[in-house]
Amino acid sequence: MATYSTNEFKRGLKLMLDGDPYTIVENEFVKPGKGQAFNRVKVRNLKSGRVIERTFKSGESVEAADVMDTDMQYLYNDGEAYHFMHPESFEQIAADAAAVGDEAKWLKEQDICVVTLWNGVPISVTPPNHVILTVVETDPGVRGDTATGGTKPAICDTGAVVQVPLFIDVGDMLKVDTRSGEYISRAKE
Amino acid sequence: MAVGKGWRPSAPLDHLQQRARILARIRAFFAERGVMEVETPVLSPAAITDPHLESFRTHYTGPCYAGGAALYLHTSPEFAMKRLLAAGSGSIYQLCKVFRQGEAGCRHNPEFSMLEWYRPGFDHHGLMDEVALLVAPLLGLEDQQVEKLSYREAFRRYAAIDPLAASVDALRDCAVRLGIEGLDGEYEADVWLDLILTHAVEPQLGRDALCFIHDYPASQAALAQLNPDNPQVAERFELYYQGVELANGFHELADATEQRRRFSDENEARKKQGLELVPMDEHLLAALEHGFPPCAGVALGVDRLVMLALGTQCLAEVMAFTIDNC
Repeated sequence: MATYSTNEFKRGLKLMLDGDPYTIVENEFVKPGKGQAFNRVKVRNLKSGRVIERTFKSGESVEAADVMDTDMQYLYNDGEAYHFMHPESFEQIAADAAAVGDEAKWLKEQDICVVTLWNGVPISVTPPNHVILTVVETDPGVRGDTATGGTKPAICDTGAVVQVPLFIDVGDMLKVDTRSGEYISRAKE
Repeated sequence: MAVGKGWRPSAPLDHLQQRARILARIRAFFAERGVMEVETPVLSPAAITDPHLESFRTHYTGPCYAGGAALYLHTSPEFAMKRLLAAGSGSIYQLCKVFRQGEAGCRHNPEFSMLEWYRPGFDHHGLMDEVALLVAPLLGLEDQQVEKLSYREAFRRYAAIDPLAASVDALRDCAVRLGIEGLDGEYEADVWLDLILTHAVEPQLGRDALCFIHDYPASQAALAQLNPDNPQVAERFELYYQGVELANGFHELADATEQRRRFSDENEARKKQGLELVPMDEHLLAALEHGFPPCAGVALGVDRLVMLALGTQCLAEVMAFTIDNC
């Protein structure tokens, strides 16, 4: 069993706590001048995304989580699972809906995503920061209106709903920021 | 720790200018009061026995030690300064670098600047008043009432527990009740007290004004004398501002026999914890035996003081170089 000492703690280190894999978000060394030293950390559960606080006595060891981030190409969804392929080894892997979660709405075939594997099994998927989506449904575009700053909802080919400027029409391609869910610009592709 | 800042200082130059001005004001404060500045060696063949302090060890070979000897870098200039006091120096202060193994973070660096001073004839309350006179103007707090709380009162107020009476089980329950999660081993009471102190009590201390905590549990006396009327507590104090520990002071233990017993007990505790045993300072014990003036002494973290004076969050913002780019 691989372990980490508290001296190795830093942002991004992957730990096993209560049977779940976690990543360190924040690590603070606290110690009274004449007393016991502690590492007070904020950790994010890699399965649920929930952030909790934990304290360790400095010098103690914690079990390492066998977690790997891998760049993989999204292939397709067969109704049950999302299939990804390693772009060099062509090895394929299937992630279930729980692992993909809300990010499913940003998954576009052929895009390169980061698939987080825990003991070889996908537990989360991070889409590219920017994706190009096609509008499949929205109110008719208001031609020439690029200045009023009004927005309307648009449904995209992946199912994502994005607030877009009024001039956007069905069939337009959009560049969207997947972290904020915001429209950035029209795209030509 | 990541090495990322390259050759450049971690602190902006104007912070270093303000730091230099604070150092000048500290020296002026003591000059005005007739407290003598002294310098004592960083290296010593003896080290502090406290299991919570780990000294750096280096090696010297040459005249005096032809066969070579282990020398330790001091974690505070306390022992050498006490030898000066026993020799009749009168009031003294020192500004120097001290070294502590294993301590690094936003509020810690393995080498840091310490201001330490001793006042014959003062007790810990008298010295707390002088600490406030030095520190308050540097932090712009001249007009604020200084708060003094006993360790017991602080725990009662902020953790709803009596730190002197509570059992280990009660302290563990208290930590759970306060939502401090992670520690579940068999630890002695002082570990739980430190856990509650750092997580629940300290963040509340000195929010708008200087706050002194005094009368620590006898188990945490360090080098302070016990209260003659209540030996459950030691005549030790700490200064806090905005949740940051700034200084630690003692009504100094002058009894050589008691000091030797504490050194031995601490080395015993080191053995139990699997830590290296360190040679106790026989020169200090001889000086105490010779006769030591009744006095109070305090050590103050200069980098943290500058950090708070400048309203910054981390030591790296007021130190030219820290462990991650030294």
